[in-house]
Amino acid sequence: MAEKSGADILVECLLDLGVEVVFGYPGGAVLPIYDALFNHPTIKHVLVRHEQGATHMAEGYARSTGKPGVVLVTSGPGATNAVTGITDALMDSIPMVVITGQVPTQLIGTDAFQEADTVGITRHCTKHNYLVKDPAKLAGVIHEAFHIATTGRPGPVVIDIPKNVQIATAPYKRPEPVAHASYRPQTKADAAGIDAAVEMLAAAERPVFYTGGGVINSGPEASTLLRELAALTGAPVTSTLMGLGAYPATGPQWLGMLGMHGTYEANFAMNQADLIVCVGARFDDRVTGRLDAFSPGSRKVHIDIDRSSINKIVDVDVAIVADVGSALTDMVALWKARGHEAADLSAWWAQIDGWRAKKSLDYAENATEIMPQRAIADLYTACTATGKDVIITTEVGQHQMWAAQHFGFDAPNKWLTSGGLGTMGYGFPAAIGAQMGNPDSLVICVAGDASIQMNIQEMGTASQYRLPVKIFILNNEYMGMVRQWQELTYQSRYSNSYSDSLPDFVKLAEAYGWTGIRIDGPADLESGIRAMIDTPGPVIVDCRVAKLSNCFPMIPSGAAHTEMLLDPSQVKGSMTDEAKALV
Amino acid sequence: MHIQEELSQRHVLSLTVSNEAGILARIAGLFTARGYNIDSLTVADITQDHGVSRITIVTNGPPKVIDQIMAQLDRLVSVHKVTDLTEAGPFVERELALVKVAGVGEDRIEALRLADVFRAKVVDTTIESFIFEITGTTDKVDNFVGLMRQIGLVEVGRTGVVGLIRGTEAI
Repeated sequence: MAEKSGADILVECLLDLGVEVVFGYPGGAVLPIYDALFNHPTIKHVLVRHEQGATHMAEGYARSTGKPGVVLVTSGPGATNAVTGITDALMDSIPMVVITGQVPTQLIGTDAFQEADTVGITRHCTKHNYLVKDPAKLAGVIHEAFHIATTGRPGPVVIDIPKNVQIATAPYKRPEPVAHASYRPQTKADAAGIDAAVEMLAAAERPVFYTGGGVINSGPEASTLLRELAALTGAPVTSTLMGLGAYPATGPQWLGMLGMHGTYEANFAMNQADLIVCVGARFDDRVTGRLDAFSPGSRKVHIDIDRSSINKIVDVDVAIVADVGSALTDMVALWKARGHEAADLSAWWAQIDGWRAKKSLDYAENATEIMPQRAIADLYTACTATGKDVIITTEVGQHQMWAAQHFGFDAPNKWLTSGGLGTMGYGFPAAIGAQMGNPDSLVICVAGDASIQMNIQEMGTASQYRLPVKIFILNNEYMGMVRQWQELTYQSRYSNSYSDSLPDFVKLAEAYGWTGIRIDGPADLESGIRAMIDTPGPVIVDCRVAKLSNCFPMIPSGAAHTEMLLDPSQVKGSMTDEAKALV
Repeated sequence: MHIQEELSQRHVLSLTVSNEAGILARIAGLFTARGYNIDSLTVADITQDHGVSRITIVTNGPPKVIDQIMAQLDRLVSVHKVTDLTEAGPFVERELALVKVAGVGEDRIEALRLADVFRAKVVDTTIESFIFEITGTTDKVDNFVGLMRQIGLVEVGRTGVVGLIRGTEAI
């Protein structure tokens, strides 16, 4: 059999696996791989400006297309720069394969130039990782890595390849699929759990579907099934930040997002429910609020593909370990087979309507300053009016929460945000990755003035690949969420949360060959947004918003769902040490 | 403000894992990263082709934490099977210790007498010292070492616990 170099084997495998795009940055320890890529123009390589950018681009690509994101970086600093994005992908269950160069095997452990213990460093921020010391094992490892990254609960996998392994040769043939010795995620639910869940749903008087990123990860079919099951049962639906779009925001049973910045009706429905059906969510601390007061009167069903998510935070009555799509298929089928009808939930809906009447997302409009919520609402209106497929990414902070609250998502894979790790600097590279995977979509990164600066170097990447991404900055000259917490917790001592020395974003746009637009006041808002959408090519919008707006509603740290703050008048400005110690 | 701690119980976990580089770091690292306790940990390969190792971990925690530890271990790609021997039914557990004791005269005789009671073997001797080999439960080894401390304990090496479920079945 003809032998190939390790680098050629890697590229062959990527082709066999249908990889279309790789986000990467060359360096000494991956030069053989870059040379192999040079001969394989069918794989598109996106040259980033910083390896962290590559990882978030891969995440944005993966989350918007459902395909795994692929990253290629060099040893040492290349790998360490990728660690934040790898961790982000682990926390948000994003399928990603990261190929890192390594110093040659004989130099491993000698503190060689650009050597870092990549498998050691990434052991706990990957789903799995490999150091491949034998080119004959490379093909098997690469195929296994993609299998692990994309099946079960998706996540990042790192393959560390020493430079001499990239050069050395081995026989290559496409590996046959083999059953893994120990990795066999359960995707099909046990019948007993499905049966119990369906009967509990049929009997519930105050049910709520609490859905999360698992519905999105399961594929678009899972969202369709969720909508069908919701319609069959008539139960209200709320979602975590990661699950937005699985049930449409324009749907009749939609309660809005739940949790720390969720709606009053979503959180009160969770609190007062007699049945919670958790579908692909994980009872995160942003969602539960104070645990001993979390949905005290409900029985709980938890569908999760990861057994370790079950009973981790909240004890549940029925555990269903399965892929969400598979479990929902079974539930819909059993509901119909049993001939169940939607129960009369009118009393429950009347109660929910009472909470809805609080209009918890309302805010005081301002004639002279743009309210950030208004900016998002107008962006939503303008985007909807285009009739285009719209993908929104965000950075992390107040703007992220306002986008989640005021932009409605009607389909999965259109909302890309860093939920678990909360990575500032995620949104803009994620938008580039999403645009790569969806060339005809309108991709907009909603950013804050502070977050956008964390990976702003990627403007060059968007220019180079002619990617027409839009950055919509809600500029309040603060790290707004930090400032908000300082206002709520530390008597408004704004320690280091002011964004001093901000760049002129319009000039910055021009420096990179982009279009820059500045929106100064309410009168320019609509036209500015329209100009952003209508301008071909990449655009940065510096939208000046009210500087001291707070994101409400809010469940403060350590508080229960029923202790929501709805507006600034309820803010005390200090907290107990117990509350301060919570994240 | 003070940090609260929960009551915990001792559990013996038995894992089979792929015998590959880094597996011990994955297991040990999972315990440190998630704040679980390791009282002892043993590892050795147990198959003819050296493909699978058994790791026995003695840990402690409240029931909910033990359940999480099991689930988190099971989630690791290289872990084949995780069993909580403490929950799985009757099981035997043993550890081995080497105990070096120095002394002369009556102390020396007393050390030998106690070793006999504990069925410890002498595996090395000089005019002024013994090394005893003792196997048994952790309690038994603790007791033996405690007694030797009063006579002239020099140092101790312990393997940590290994355990197997009783009866004909494998875990």
